[in-house]
Amino acid sequence: MNKKHGAWSKNEKIFLGLLAPILVLFFCFNTLPLIKGFYYGLTNFRGYGSYDFVGLRNFAEIFQDSRVGHSYLFTFKYALVMTIVVNLLSLILALGLNSKIRGKNALRGIYFVPNILGGLVVGYIFSFIFTYILPTIGEVTGIGFLKTSLLGSTKWAWLAIVIVGAWQGIAMNTIIYISGLQTVPEEVYEACMLDGASGWKKFKSITLPLIMPFVTINLVLCMKNALMVFDQIMSLTKGGPSQSTESISYLIYNNGMSGGQFGFQSANAFVFFIVIVAISLFQMKFLGSKEEQL
Amino acid sequence: MSRTKKKEGTVRGKTTNRIINILLVLGCLTVLFPLYMTVIIAFKKPSEMTNDVAGALAFPQKWSFENFAEAMRVTDFWHSLGNSLLITGVTVVLCILIHSLAGYLIGRKMKQRKAFKVAYYYIVSGMFVPFAVLMMPLVKETAQLGIANRFGVIVLYVVFFMPMNVLLYSGYLNNIPMALEEAACVDGAGVWQTYWKIIFPNMKPMHATVAVLTAMSTWNDVMTPLVIMSGTDQNTLPLAQLNFQTQFGTNYNLAFASYLLALLPILIFYIICQKQIINGVVNGAVK
Repeated sequence: MNKKHGAWSKNEKIFLGLLAPILVLFFCFNTLPLIKGFYYGLTNFRGYGSYDFVGLRNFAEIFQDSRVGHSYLFTFKYALVMTIVVNLLSLILALGLNSKIRGKNALRGIYFVPNILGGLVVGYIFSFIFTYILPTIGEVTGIGFLKTSLLGSTKWAWLAIVIVGAWQGIAMNTIIYISGLQTVPEEVYEACMLDGASGWKKFKSITLPLIMPFVTINLVLCMKNALMVFDQIMSLTKGGPSQSTESISYLIYNNGMSGGQFGFQSANAFVFFIVIVAISLFQMKFLGSKEEQL
Repeated sequence: MSRTKKKEGTVRGKTTNRIINILLVLGCLTVLFPLYMTVIIAFKKPSEMTNDVAGALAFPQKWSFENFAEAMRVTDFWHSLGNSLLITGVTVVLCILIHSLAGYLIGRKMKQRKAFKVAYYYIVSGMFVPFAVLMMPLVKETAQLGIANRFGVIVLYVVFFMPMNVLLYSGYLNNIPMALEEAACVDGAGVWQTYWKIIFPNMKPMHATVAVLTAMSTWNDVMTPLVIMSGTDQNTLPLAQLNFQTQFGTNYNLAFASYLLALLPILIFYIICQKQIINGVVNGAVK
C-alpha cells in the first residue's frame, strides 16, 4: 500500500483528476493574486492608467513611510493588548462558567452572543455608547478622560477599538477555554485535593498545564484576528482621529483602493503577508513546545 | 474530625459558588446592555431622545414600528437580506460539496502519494494569507473576468475557506473506516460513487461544523463584498449599514432600527441552533 513512487494506478489517476480542478481554482484566486500582488508592488501603478516598473523602491519606502510605520505600530499595539486582555478575561470567565453554578447553560448562551454578531454593526452600536453614554458617566463620576468621547481623542481612540474587539473576542475564547477545562478529568482534581493543593496553586500547577493546548489555540486565534482588524475601525473611527487608529488592513484598503497608491500598498500588503507568516510560525514553534501531555 | 472538615469545605464551596454566580449574572449586563440600548432606541421617536442619557435609555412611551418601516425603505432591506441569504446559502452548499470532496481525495491518498501530501500542504498553507493581502489583485482579477459581483464573491469565499475546511474534512476522514470503502469497491462502485454514497453521508457531523463556520464568517463579512461588489448596486446586510450610514444622519432611532434589523436574522438563527453553533465553533477551533 505504502508506495511513494512507481506507476500510478487507475484509481489514483481518478483521484488526481477530480482534485485537479479544485487545485486550479485555488491557484487562480489565492496563489495567483499573491504573485500578482508582488508584481504590482514592483510598479508605480495608481490603480488606473499606465504604470512603470520601479524595482524594489516601494519595498524600500515602506520602511521609511511614517504612515505605514504608524499603522504597524498601532496594529501591533492593538493585537498585543487584545491578546492579553481577551485571554485573561476569558480564562477567568471560563473558570467561572465551568464551576458548579446555577443557570450554567443560559449564562454560557448569553456570553456567547457577541461572537455571532457582525463587527461592523456592533461597532456602530458602541459608537453611540462612546459618544453619548460614556461621557455622561465621566461627568457624573468625575473620571477625566471619559468626559469627552474616546473616539475623538488621538490618545484614547485605540482603547475604544480594544473595548469593542474584546467584547466580541472574549465570547469566542471563553467557549474554547470551557471546552478545554472540560477535558481535565475529575480524578486529577481529587488527587490534587489529597495533596492539599487548592486555589491559585491548583490552577497554576494542575489546570493551566493541562489546558495549555487550548491556551495556544486561543493566543494564535486572538492574535490573528486582531492583526486583521478592519470592521471595527470602519465603523468606529475610519482610521481617525488624525490617522491614529489606522490598522494595516485599513491602510491597504483606504490608500490602495482609492488613494492612488495601488502599487505602493501592494508592496505593503506583501510585507504584511511575510509578517503574518513569521508570527504564525513563531507562535506555533514557541507555544507548541510548552504543551504538556496527560 | 474529618467529617466536620468536609462539611466546612462544602459550606465554603457553596458560598464561593454563590458569589461566582452573582458576578457572572452581573457580568451578563455588559453583554445585554448594548443590545437593550439598541432595542430601546430603535422603538423610539426622535422627539423622545432627550438630551440626557437617562432619556435615551428609558422605555419608549409608545412602542412604534415606524422606524423599522423607514429603515427598511432607506436601506432597501429586503433586497440586502436576499443578497446576504443568497451569498451565504450558495457559499455554504458549495463549500460542503467541494471541500468535503477535496478533503476526501487528499486525505485518503496523502499517506501513500507524495503529490497528494504536497497538495494538502499547498492548500492548508493558504490559511496564512489574509484577505487584505489579496484584496487589490483580486479586485483587478474579478473585474477582468467580469465576475465583480455576487457570483465572484461566492467564488472567493469558496477559495478562501478552503484551507480551513480541507483541514477539517481530511482530519475527520480518519474516523471513517477504510472497510466501508473497500466493501463499496468490491461491489464495483467507482471513486465518485464511493465518495457520494459512502463518504459524504458519513461526514455528516463535519458538514454541520463546516456549515456553521462558513455561514457565520460569510454572513458577517464586510471586506469582500465591499471591495468586490462596489461597482454593482447590490448590498449585503452589513454593507447596507455602511453604505447608508450618511442617510441616517443624526436620526439615531432610524439607524438603530436598521442595526437591529441587520442583527435580527443571525440572532434568531442563534436562538434556534445555539447548540450546533457553539459546537461548530469549538470543533472548528480545536481540531
